[in-house]
Amino acid sequence: MERRDFLKSSVFASGVVLIPSFLKGMQFIDTEKLSGYRNVIIIQLSGGNDGLSTIVPHQDDIYLKNRPNIGLRDNLFKLSDELYLNSHCRDLKELYDNGEMTIINSVGYPNPNRSHFRSTDIWHTGSASDQFLKNGWLGSYLDANCESSYQGIQFDSELSLILKGKNLNGISVTDPQQLFNTTREPFFKNIAEQLDSEMLTEDNQGYLYKTLVDTYSSADYIYEHFKTYEANSEFPNNKFGMSLKGISQLISSGLKTRVYYTTLGGFDTHVNQLNAHNGLMKTYSEGIGALVKELKKSDRFKDTLILTFSEFGRRVKENGSKGTDHGAANNLFVIGGGLKKPGLYNGKPNLENLDNNGDIRYEIDFRDIYATVLDNWLQADSRLVLGKEFEKLSFI
Amino acid sequence: MALSDLHIQHLYWRAGFGITRNDLQSIRKKSVDKHVDHLFNQSEYKPLKYNLSQFEVDRKELSKEERKALRKEANQTMIKLNLHWMEHMVATEGVLREKMALFFHDHFAVRLKNPVVCLELLNIIRKHSIGNFGDMLLEISQSPAMIIFLNNQQNKKSHPNENFAREVMELFTLGRDNGYTENDIKEAARAFTGWTIDKQFKFRFNPRVHDTGGKTILGRSGNFKGEDVIQILLEQKQTARYLCEKLLEFLLGVPAEKEDIERCADLLFQNNYDLSVLLRSIFTSDTFYDERYVGAKIKSPTDLLVGLNRQVPIDYKDPKVILQIQRRLNQVLFFPPNVAGWNRGQGWIDSSTLLFRMKLPSLVLNFGVIEWQPDETLSEEMIARLNNQQERLQKRTEKKIQAYPNWERCEKNFAGSSENLDTFLLQTNPVAIDIQSDDDLKTRIIKIMSTPEYQLC
Repeated sequence: MERRDFLKSSVFASGVVLIPSFLKGMQFIDTEKLSGYRNVIIIQLSGGNDGLSTIVPHQDDIYLKNRPNIGLRDNLFKLSDELYLNSHCRDLKELYDNGEMTIINSVGYPNPNRSHFRSTDIWHTGSASDQFLKNGWLGSYLDANCESSYQGIQFDSELSLILKGKNLNGISVTDPQQLFNTTREPFFKNIAEQLDSEMLTEDNQGYLYKTLVDTYSSADYIYEHFKTYEANSEFPNNKFGMSLKGISQLISSGLKTRVYYTTLGGFDTHVNQLNAHNGLMKTYSEGIGALVKELKKSDRFKDTLILTFSEFGRRVKENGSKGTDHGAANNLFVIGGGLKKPGLYNGKPNLENLDNNGDIRYEIDFRDIYATVLDNWLQADSRLVLGKEFEKLSFI
Repeated sequence: MALSDLHIQHLYWRAGFGITRNDLQSIRKKSVDKHVDHLFNQSEYKPLKYNLSQFEVDRKELSKEERKALRKEANQTMIKLNLHWMEHMVATEGVLREKMALFFHDHFAVRLKNPVVCLELLNIIRKHSIGNFGDMLLEISQSPAMIIFLNNQQNKKSHPNENFAREVMELFTLGRDNGYTENDIKEAARAFTGWTIDKQFKFRFNPRVHDTGGKTILGRSGNFKGEDVIQILLEQKQTARYLCEKLLEFLLGVPAEKEDIERCADLLFQNNYDLSVLLRSIFTSDTFYDERYVGAKIKSPTDLLVGLNRQVPIDYKDPKVILQIQRRLNQVLFFPPNVAGWNRGQGWIDSSTLLFRMKLPSLVLNFGVIEWQPDETLSEEMIARLNNQQERLQKRTEKKIQAYPNWERCEKNFAGSSENLDTFLLQTNPVAIDIQSDDDLKTRIIKIMSTPEYQLC
């Protein structure tokens, strides 16, 4: 039968709700059985975090010389003889001391781009700096390894490139209940429930329905889990804190999601950065502290890896407005219960051998880190996701 | 050959932003050639105008605060330009020119916060969008917007900057990895040295930083200048092929067949890149009306918004709401994500954008509500409660959206008829629309526009 005829004839066929076949295997899982179901939380410090004010090379003369006004000197937490942690990161210090945090310095890529948009795209897609890809690395991971949108969740009102795959996109959520309510608008409900997945064709109409039904069922699945678990650790009362609280509830409730993505914005500190940056450090550190506490309570921390990156670091030399301009390589944090090499993964950034712009040169390609997470943590095939082979690191 | 209603609608969706029922009735009996003539005749070029005199100042004479204020003003003005162009698309009869301009606005993607050069670039694109591609390419390459965006001011004999040379081959002419080498890029970059802009933001050739030495580009050798490189690129058949592949996908809604691309590339190449010859040929071909292409295209956010507003005129009391909508749908005019343009086709659609697209008609036409029929099992008390809830929701939404549809003009557009609205508003058969026999025109329109099928054209 012609497809269109078939579609037409099914309109208002009966009151029977056809459940798309890919939803049939989706059942609630006991949290205990979930042990070993690994997931990753990716956090982007948007705007370009000043890594040198986060992990501070306090003893390096070059650092102090280049940062006469905004260089950090006091009350820092000592990590090693060379590197110190920002004084507003008490929770991070605790994780570091517990062997639950790895700091990787000088992460970046060849020919660094200093535009927020472009460099974010590069980090999101895992592309080279002269390559324009349409799919994010987490999206490509979903394509290769997952069946449903809810396996990649962004805590935001829009879905970023990082979670867009060729065949499967992640889903963006700010409030699981609101998402559920929107999809249950009677008019949409009627449309979604008229559909059988067997009818989903390869063309654009099929793609729209696939997205709709997937959203519809993911919204249901996410909300049904979300309401079964209440996080009771104290999360900072800001957007970032609420995102992490949401994520902790979803993970703890037994949601079978592999990757989460969220952002903390405000890092574009060109002017008077000292107080602004310290405030951001506090927000970040306290948020992570609460998240880890909650995940430990539900015994899910051992299966969770938290990766924090920023689209670029900032220039070593401070600018004329007591701030810093866009830079290149930066530090990246891995937090989790199953780290193989906690602490400082590599040496401090080399401030003597900067590039032509006066920025830190990269020593570790960020895609090596992606490949490591994909292969060693998610047990996926990084070559399939990233399009080629990258070196594996030994932090997990 | 006379076209069926479905095919006229198809033509008007792909060459414009849809057609009203009123217009459809008046042009129904024309032959396909006449329809296409009509589209071209309506699309005469007039520059899009916007008063930007406040930016005609020497920045050097401004204080730090004044410069900061001017930057802020520039950001605001980019938004105004965006809305101004969008309003023009809604109001104009010259839809073909704007539709093609939208294609090239994406092809020559530039993202800057300088309204003067951005408006100038848009007008270059609009001037040539149904004219000659070669002329457009050269004029754009020398436009201040492109020179600033792809750093050609920094491209000097002593320090070549390859950004423009790379993108002109990779994105504007040959396509990525299509017959050029890294060495061609390096050599072309040398030829583009000296292309810069002056203080008044006008193109200027600066011979002092131009590399006059010999270059070899795509197998040809000479003391080439920038203009020569553009000419060499146009002499490559691959340029016509790459452009046709992209343009056909834009017009057909899905990737075209190889032989159709080849046929169009021949035509464009033989006619010295005259886009009007190519477009006429495509719009009058059988292939264009093949059933696999009708209703197969996912509307871009601009198609969706402009198309909806051309059917139902809407007064946005707060124009910023349009900007918010564009943001939620991932297409803010003048702000493509990067030099490669927007993520088209299925790339427009994800869970958030699809839900928002389906919610959009009720948001801008009925303060967020799709009218519903009470179920017989509901008590009167319950119905009253639900109605009350709905009213409160509408009041809240009205405050946020402030969009007021003009239903009287809309009725005229629909020639007073609500017959077969679905086959008129949709280009493909819907899976399910719950339309009740006593739904009025307004409710019917909102329901049909709130479907997944309305995302297609």
